Amino acid sequence: MASKYSNLTFKGYRRENGRVGVRNHVVILPVDDISNAACEAVANNVKGTLAIPHAYGRLQFGEDLELHFRTIIGTGANPNVHSVVVIGIEPGWTKRIADGIRETGKEVAEFSIEQKGDFETIRAASWAAKDFVHKATEMQREECNISELWVSTKCGESDTTTGLGSCPTVGNMYDKLLPEGITGFFGETSEITGAEHICKERAINKEVGERWYKMWKAYQDEVIFAHQTDDLSDSQPTKGNILGGLTTIEEKALGNLEKIGRTSKYIDILEPAEMPKSGNGLYFMDSSSAAAECVTLMAAGGAVIHTFPTGQGNVVGNPIVPVIKITANPRTVRTMSEHIDVDVSGILRREQTIDEAGDALIEMILRTANGRNTAAEALGHREFSMTKLYRSA
Amino acid sequence: MTVPHLLVHEKKDNVGVVVVEGLKAGTKMLCVVTHDNSSFELEVHDDVPIGHKVALTDLNEGDTAIKYGEDIGKFVASVKKGGHVHTHNLKTKRW
Repeated sequence: MASKYSNLTFKGYRRENGRVGVRNHVVILPVDDISNAACEAVANNVKGTLAIPHAYGRLQFGEDLELHFRTIIGTGANPNVHSVVVIGIEPGWTKRIADGIRETGKEVAEFSIEQKGDFETIRAASWAAKDFVHKATEMQREECNISELWVSTKCGESDTTTGLGSCPTVGNMYDKLLPEGITGFFGETSEITGAEHICKERAINKEVGERWYKMWKAYQDEVIFAHQTDDLSDSQPTKGNILGGLTTIEEKALGNLEKIGRTSKYIDILEPAEMPKSGNGLYFMDSSSAAAECVTLMAAGGAVIHTFPTGQGNVVGNPIVPVIKITANPRTVRTMSEHIDVDVSGILRREQTIDEAGDALIEMILRTANGRNTAAEALGHREFSMTKLYRSA
Repeated sequence: MTVPHLLVHEKKDNVGVVVVEGLKAGTKMLCVVTHDNSSFELEVHDDVPIGHKVALTDLNEGDTAIKYGEDIGKFVASVKKGGHVHTHNLKTKRW
């Protein structure tokens, strides 16, 4: 059924695989920590490129290594990325990552440092990066339907105002745009604790709900209970949450779940950094509740815009995905306005309804998709944090 | 509509959230239930920061705190109607 949201459009970059991006980055991507310096040198040589340094990629194994590959490949494959220069210390894993990104059809150039050194690698990679910048800067945006947007969410530095205002605003947006065919992501496995009975019921059917519950329970047993050294009351809720008035994990979880609105149901569950394969709809991604890690995983899964409700004022951004900050806390609006894209504090004063706030967020999503830089982009917040499952060999 | 001091999610909740800065003990708060927009008055007995909770009724140790119409933990100390509710008197049932 057509609604007033059916005909919304934005101007995006259509990629070789049909997906649509809202940014057009040329990324210089290290395979491992020791290739960061070469990547940063290339990004310094060639203006208009973006190096994404990170801390890992050596001597990882098993599921942890798979997650590393998935995160790096997913980052390069994201439709906000036009093309990629991959640099690693040795050719094997470098090729694996480059080939993984090539599956999207986009241009990838790969370089390895051993037997050449940084100078020679940087010289050759800089030529490739320069070529990509010329191509990227000639690419035009084209009109795309709202249904082609992949929008993720995760909240941070939550307080009681997030449950009252900014999270229901995101929920209202999903209730309006998921029926129009967008793809959505939510997650934060540890922060559902206390509302897991409700989250389980929000699955599209019983089978998906049972799989979700099994995943949540495994996390609870194998991570939380296996590694806890205290009763966790110093970690969940966080110190910031408690300052903001949140007392218990149950209270935090109930506020958190407001992000999936009243009617939205999730259709499938994703591994961390996994790309959705079940068509458009809402997905739960098994993910850390730490802001930068979660946004990094969802970006690797293919989200091109992130909506981030905050109470006390989390300042996170991401190198390739614009992060839209939403707050309902009037004190945060007053003290940290440079970080806020959508002010919904009117909800607390009863001057703005959740429906109006949802429309304001949708408008900001479209403006961001059309090219408006978010507060996090303007302030240079490019946090890229890999999730690591266990220590390296 | 006058700006409320306290918002309550659901009718059955026994705690509400302060949504104004600098709330002083003794203030007669305008309280609004967001679910149905109904309102009531309540005198707050402590200085309570924005975002923090206030008891809507007398609550005893062992009672369950209800917010969003759901269980959010147990009281570990009693609190009078209009008193500040936080980590000093409310704790999770999970850990």
